[in-house]
Amino acid sequence: MRLRQNLTIRQKHILWAWGLLALPVIFYVVIRFYPTGNAILLSFQNWNLLGDRTWAGAENYIKLWHDDVFWKVFRNTFVYLLLGTPISLVISFLIAFHLDRVRFMHGFIRMLYFLPFMTSAVAMAWVWRWFYQPVPVGIFNNILASFGIPQINFLNSTTNALPAVLAPAVWAGLGFQVIIFMAGLRAIPQSYYEAARIDGVSGFTILTQITIPLLKPTIIFITVFSSIGFLRIFDHVFNMTTNNPGGPLNSTKPLVLMIYDTAFNGFNMGYAAAQTVVLFTVLLCVSLLQLYLLRDR
Amino acid sequence: MTATDIRPSSDTLLTTKAPVKRSYGQYIRWLLLFLGGIAMVMPIAWMISTSLKWPHEVYNLKLIPDEPTIENYTYVLEDGRFYGWFMNSIIIAVITTVSNILFDSLVGYTLCKFKFPGRYIIFIAILSTLMIPTEMLVIPWYIMSQNFGWLDTYWGIMFPGLMTAFGTFLMKQFFETVPDDFLEAARIDGLNELQIWWSVAMPLVKPALAALAIFVFLGNWTAFIWPLIVTNSPEMYTVPVGLSGFGDEADVAWELIMTGAAISTIPTLIVFIVFQRFIIRGVVMAGLKG
Repeated sequence: MRLRQNLTIRQKHILWAWGLLALPVIFYVVIRFYPTGNAILLSFQNWNLLGDRTWAGAENYIKLWHDDVFWKVFRNTFVYLLLGTPISLVISFLIAFHLDRVRFMHGFIRMLYFLPFMTSAVAMAWVWRWFYQPVPVGIFNNILASFGIPQINFLNSTTNALPAVLAPAVWAGLGFQVIIFMAGLRAIPQSYYEAARIDGVSGFTILTQITIPLLKPTIIFITVFSSIGFLRIFDHVFNMTTNNPGGPLNSTKPLVLMIYDTAFNGFNMGYAAAQTVVLFTVLLCVSLLQLYLLRDR
Repeated sequence: MTATDIRPSSDTLLTTKAPVKRSYGQYIRWLLLFLGGIAMVMPIAWMISTSLKWPHEVYNLKLIPDEPTIENYTYVLEDGRFYGWFMNSIIIAVITTVSNILFDSLVGYTLCKFKFPGRYIIFIAILSTLMIPTEMLVIPWYIMSQNFGWLDTYWGIMFPGLMTAFGTFLMKQFFETVPDDFLEAARIDGLNELQIWWSVAMPLVKPALAALAIFVFLGNWTAFIWPLIVTNSPEMYTVPVGLSGFGDEADVAWELIMTGAAISTIPTLIVFIVFQRFIIRGVVMAGLKG
C-alpha cells in the first residue's frame, strides 16, 4: 500500500501499460515467436513425431534441393502467383474503373461482385469441382456440348487442372479488390480530372498519366495482398483434387499442400519444416519488396 | 458527441461523385457490368438451386428447379453430423471474435495511448508477426497441442487465432482518432485505466470494432488448414473440414454436396446482405489503414 502511494504518476502509468500488456505479450511469445523459432530449429533436425529429434544439419535443405517434386511444386506455386495476380488485378481494375462511373443500381451491382468474397473456399471449391465434371454433370462441358465443341477435361488433365483450380480463387478474391480499387479511385481529387479536361486531354491519356500513377499505392497493396494469397493457396487445391491431392501427377500441388503432406501424411517433420522456411522466405521477400516500392510515396 | 463524429469519413469513398453523362456508351457500360455481376453470383445461385433439386433433376441444369424440395436439407441435417459441425464452427468463431475484440483493442489502445519504455519494441514485434505465415506455425502448433493434450478440442482449434497482429494494428490506427483530452477528463473523474479504455475509448471506435468482428468471424468460419490438422474425430470437425470429407463420401450425389456447401455459405451471405454497407465500409477501412 505504501509502495503504491510512493509511486509517481509516471511510474503508475508505466505499471498500467505493462499490466495491460502482460497477457498479450505472453500470447505472442508462446504462440507466435516460440513456434517460429521451433520451426526453424526443426528444419535442421529429423523427426517422425514419435522418436527423438535428431540433429540433421543442412540435410533437409540439401534433400529439398535435389527433390524433383519440390521443384515441380515450387514452379506450380509461382504459376499460381504469376497467372492469378495479373489476371485478378486487371479484371478488378476494369470493373472498378467502370463501376465508378455507374450510378443506376450502383450498390446492387457492387454487391453482386462482392458476394463471392463472403463465401467459404471449401464450399466453393466443391461447387466449381461440380462445374468442371464431364457431361452430363458439369455445366461448362454441357455448354460446350450444346455448341458442338469437344469436351474439355478440366481436373484430370495435367495441363488444364492448374488453371481450373486457380479460377475459383481468382473469382472469390475479385470483389475485395474491386472495393479497394474503387476507394483508391475516389481518393483522387476531382480537380486533376477537371484540369485535364480543360486542357483537352484524351481519356486514355488521363488514364495512363493521372489515374494509374495516382493509384500506385493501391495497386501495390492489391498486388502484394493477392500475391501472398496465391503463394499460400491450399483450400481450393485440396478440395478440388481430394481423390489425389495436388494431382494429377502433382500438376496442381502448391507448396502448402506439399508441407501438409510431408508433415501429416509422411510424418517427416524436419523435412516439412524446411519447406515452411522456404515458404516464409518467399513471403518475406514479397513483403519487403512492397516496403521498398512504397518507400518514396 | 457520438461515435459518428470521430469515424473516418469513409462514407465519402462510397458515394459516386464523378459527373456522369447519359450516352449509349453509358448504357452499354451499365449492361456489361450488370451481366458481369450476374455471372459473378452464378456459382452461388447454382449451388442453392441444385440443393433444392431432386436427384433425378440434377442433370437438368435449369436454374429454377421444376419441383423444388427441401428433402436434401432434411436428409443432410437429419444425419446429425452437419448440425454438430455447424455448432462447432459457431462456438469457435464467436469465442475467437470476442477474444480478438477484447485483446486486439486492448493492445492497440495501450500501444497508442501509453508512453512507456519498450513500447516501440512491442509494437514492432507484434507487427513483425504479420510476416510469419500460419503454414509455418502449424507444425509447431501441432507439436504443442500434442504435448498439452489440445488435439481434438475446441481450445486446440482456436488458440492460434485468439489475438491477431492485423486486428491490433487496425485498432491502434483507430485509437489515434480518439482525442487524449477525453481520456484525461476521465482520469480526472477518477476512473482507472481499464475503465477509461472500456467505457470511454471503446465506444468511440465501435465502427472499427464491428469491422474487426466481421473479419475475424468470417476468417474463422471459413478457416480450413488448421482445423483439418488439429481435429481427428468427426464430432470435432468445423463446417469446412466436415464438408471436405462429406464431399468425398457423397461421391456423385452432387445435390447433397451442394446442400452441404449451401449450409456452410448461407450464414455468411445473410450476414453480408444484412450488414452490406457496413461490411464494405469495413473492407475499405481495413484495406486503407491495415
